[in-house]
Amino acid sequence: MRTTPLDLEEQIWQALREIEDPELPVAITDLGLVRDVRVEEGRVLVRLIPTYSACPAMRVIGDDIRRRLLALEGVREVSVEVTYDEPWTVARMTEEGRRRLTAHGLSVPRRGTWEEPVTCPFCGSTQTTLENLFGPTLCRAIYYCRACGNPIERFKPPLDSA
Amino acid sequence: MGAALREWLLRAADDELIIGHRHSEWTGFGPDIESDVALSSIAQEEIGHARLFYEMVCRVDGAGDPDRLAFGRPPGEFRHAVLVERPNADWGTSLLRLFLYEHFDRARLEVAAQSTYRPLADLAGALRREEKYHLLFGEAWVRRLGAATEESGERMRAALAAVWPDAMDLVEGTEADALLAQSGALPQTPEALRRAWTEGVAVVLAESRLPVPEVAPAAEGLRGRRGQHTVDLDALLGEMTSVRRLDPQARW
Repeated sequence: MRTTPLDLEEQIWQALREIEDPELPVAITDLGLVRDVRVEEGRVLVRLIPTYSACPAMRVIGDDIRRRLLALEGVREVSVEVTYDEPWTVARMTEEGRRRLTAHGLSVPRRGTWEEPVTCPFCGSTQTTLENLFGPTLCRAIYYCRACGNPIERFKPPLDSA
Repeated sequence: MGAALREWLLRAADDELIIGHRHSEWTGFGPDIESDVALSSIAQEEIGHARLFYEMVCRVDGAGDPDRLAFGRPPGEFRHAVLVERPNADWGTSLLRLFLYEHFDRARLEVAAQSTYRPLADLAGALRREEKYHLLFGEAWVRRLGAATEESGERMRAALAAVWPDAMDLVEGTEADALLAQSGALPQTPEALRRAWTEGVAVVLAESRLPVPEVAPAAEGLRGRRGQHTVDLDALLGEMTSVRRLDPQARW
């Protein structure tokens, strides 16, 4: 069966939705990392917006994208570009992305500010205190929940204000 | 213009790489686990930023290899400030240096975000939002150690006196700056950058009971921005490049 260009683009998005961030159990599309996709005569350009510009996962994600898309019939060439002209913000994350990260034990903020109370992903309390601005990856900080006594990780967005 | 822009980008790249390497030396040696993780994370981020700036240098050059720029140059080709190549000394000194550098970096990124060279302006806009965490961390430690006890205050004042002359090197300019300011590529002079930086650090230092020492700028006459460095850089590069020198053709 011949696929029309529209079909191919939809297949590409479907493939992208199945690629997970190597450091978090969430699809790159739900994190809001994919900015756009351009397809022209079998040549595909995927443009990404990184959460953190120095995130070492970006290279792995780029490799995954190339491998997955090249496996699609009708794709001859894949380029992945990381862009910075539009900032990544938590608003880029989908509700499904927030749900997956919360289920994984991360507190996910609504905005890129420091003032927002940190909600415990386990018990929902905001009786939380900062333990460390820095965590196991660039995008995570460590908190402690005084209500349920669990250490928690907070998804740490780049700061719009400080 | 290309040469002046290249010069500016190398400074930023080298600053980030070298201070990132120094921060990484705290991995496993921080005073507590949180600090250890923090310095390791900041190191990872600074070295990642260095890579992005080296890539931009290659883009300006039209060719080149970011890894070669990082690991394959002799000391005289590095353009970072002498401040960042100094050994870590104690925790207080290291964090004071981090604080002084991050304030400068913030002022520099403010300017870069207005660059007429679009790739730089875009990148600087992103880095600015990320680097704020480093600054928060550095400021918190300077405030804490400056005012905690008599001993910590004394040690921080001594540390400030020791690093201040080197810190002046951060805001040293070269002929490249005039060219960049004139063209609008980077719309700020070294004097204005120095003012913005000094005003930024002075507030926190005063509140931390750490008066700014009266030291002549760049007392030792060192000019990192012109490729003049200390033996500390030789030692740092010797270690940093040791693995690469074992097999320069290796693929990672």
